[in-house]
Amino acid sequence: MAELVQQLINGVSVGAMYALIAIGYTLVYGVLRFINFAHSDVFMAGAYAGLHVGQRMGGGSWAGGLVAMLAAMAACAGLGIVIERLAYKPLRERSKLTVLITAIGVSMLLQNLGQLVFGATPVAFPETLPATTFTAGGVVVSSKDMVVVGFTVALLGALEFVVLRTKVGTAMRAVAHNHQAAALMGIPTNRIISVTFGLGSALAAAAGFLWAYKFPRVDPYLGVMPGLTAFVAAVLGGIGNITGAALGGLLLGVIETLVKGSRWSTWTEAVTFVLLILVLLFRPAGLLGRAQAEKV
Amino acid sequence: MKDAGARRWWVAAMAVAALLGWLEPRLDIYLADVLARVGINVVLAVSLNLINGHAGQFSLGHAGFMGVGAYAAAAITVLAGPHVLPTSCPDWLHQGWFLLALAGGGAAAALAGLLVGAPSLRLKGDYLAIVTLGFGQIIGVIVRNMEPLGGALGLSGIPPRTNLFWVLAAAATTVYGVTTLVNSTHGRGFIATHDDEVAAEAMGLDTTRYKIVAFVTGAFFAGVAGGLWGHFKLTISPKEFDFNRSIEIVVMVIVGGMGRTAGVMAAATVLTLLPEGLRLVAGLSPSLKWVGESRPLLYALMLIALMLLRPQGLFAWSRARPRPA
Repeated sequence: MAELVQQLINGVSVGAMYALIAIGYTLVYGVLRFINFAHSDVFMAGAYAGLHVGQRMGGGSWAGGLVAMLAAMAACAGLGIVIERLAYKPLRERSKLTVLITAIGVSMLLQNLGQLVFGATPVAFPETLPATTFTAGGVVVSSKDMVVVGFTVALLGALEFVVLRTKVGTAMRAVAHNHQAAALMGIPTNRIISVTFGLGSALAAAAGFLWAYKFPRVDPYLGVMPGLTAFVAAVLGGIGNITGAALGGLLLGVIETLVKGSRWSTWTEAVTFVLLILVLLFRPAGLLGRAQAEKV
Repeated sequence: MKDAGARRWWVAAMAVAALLGWLEPRLDIYLADVLARVGINVVLAVSLNLINGHAGQFSLGHAGFMGVGAYAAAAITVLAGPHVLPTSCPDWLHQGWFLLALAGGGAAAALAGLLVGAPSLRLKGDYLAIVTLGFGQIIGVIVRNMEPLGGALGLSGIPPRTNLFWVLAAAATTVYGVTTLVNSTHGRGFIATHDDEVAAEAMGLDTTRYKIVAFVTGAFFAGVAGGLWGHFKLTISPKEFDFNRSIEIVVMVIVGGMGRTAGVMAAATVLTLLPEGLRLVAGLSPSLKWVGESRPLLYALMLIALMLLRPQGLFAWSRARPRPA
């Protein structure tokens, strides 16, 4: 029983990070309707940015860790905006497939650049935030898990506020709803798309930072598996739907951790995708997505 | 209608294959090795082109089908072979058994294609891409959990049955098969599905069926390529057939031009030779050593530049004859 609770806590914290990444996929899909394959590598860049700033901050203090995380988020927001401007914006009117392939190219480019700049060997991530463990009723809880979940909840709250209560958020929803109509209403769609990329990338960076804090090992291919799982989470929840992405992330995190802890642990990766295929079969628009009739 | 021409090409290619197979013992080992890899990649790229190019469905799991074929074919020669074939059996029987293994690999991959395709081909673009990607991952996990197939360590001790004759014959047959399929009634269905799915459906075409036909046929040839690959490398492991391998094949199709069989053949050839060329350049002087290591970076930059500047593909020469409407 204690073990199950422990697995659940672990799963929720992994799921929280998946949720953060998944929201980035969903935001971009919402405004541009394509899978931003490079998103998982922005996550990796976030972990490295956190690593380098964290090392300078001395580490182990709340202020230092927070600065490192915010710096990583800012750097990756910039990276995301630059990627969008250079690689995706010239393709705005082209077929979705062209953009998808470009995104795969950008992803490969970031991984290889990461290898060139940071080296291919994994490096240890410093203790950027204080960490302790405490026991309650036979359950060992790491403060790391609580930090991860706490930060995620705070970030999701902030995102909710931006998307629902601010002018930029309203514009984002308008662009996601109907690109052309939004432009006709005087919304600077290109700038809103940039903001969306920035927001999504910042969340990915936060997730990267937290991921490296929980699993303190960073390498240029760090983003591949979490990115893939988070993408599945976004589709699972209904792509384009922020709540769905968070729900999907949480669900996958918990399921994945439970499977990993069972005797079927070697099947973990397969479970994620089998789940995806099943959901797409019975609810093609995802758990919370609404099926849209196709206009001809 | 163009079948007669295609058949003539196929016969000519088979003659070349037989000639090269006869010449192989006299060829430089390195040259034979590179030629075999070119041939296998042509099979992979042309078969993926049927799915991605002609039928317009974006699959990111072609290496998964290749893996299914590789393991199925290897299972037939390594696991089943010794029980069926007499201990001292003539070479022609070995070769015949290998042909059966290749067909078995293709059939296994086709079955996998049907299993994945039937439910998921109702999905559009991105979703299909992600499901096929997931399929590739699932295949890897399944193989890693299969002890008789060597698990994560891989399967070794596969007999060296692949030679230039088999590779070129497979390449010729793939090109012939894809060309005739595309020029058949089915091909018209592919093109209609590719160009405008809604309109095709409104005309009463069962687009899902056409997609499945393209998908299963493409998977079959990928499985054959996998069988050739296994009996060429002699050791296979699940990580050889991962996402990166799929991307490599996708890049060949894109560089060649989606739906252009000749262009895709050219791209598969050039992209297989590219690392050899880079290695050659890197070997010229120590100051050029970085060239040999830059292949993945070069790939990525090339892919982005191509999409920005020439999305129709590098080898997409203008068509001699307008595509029938």
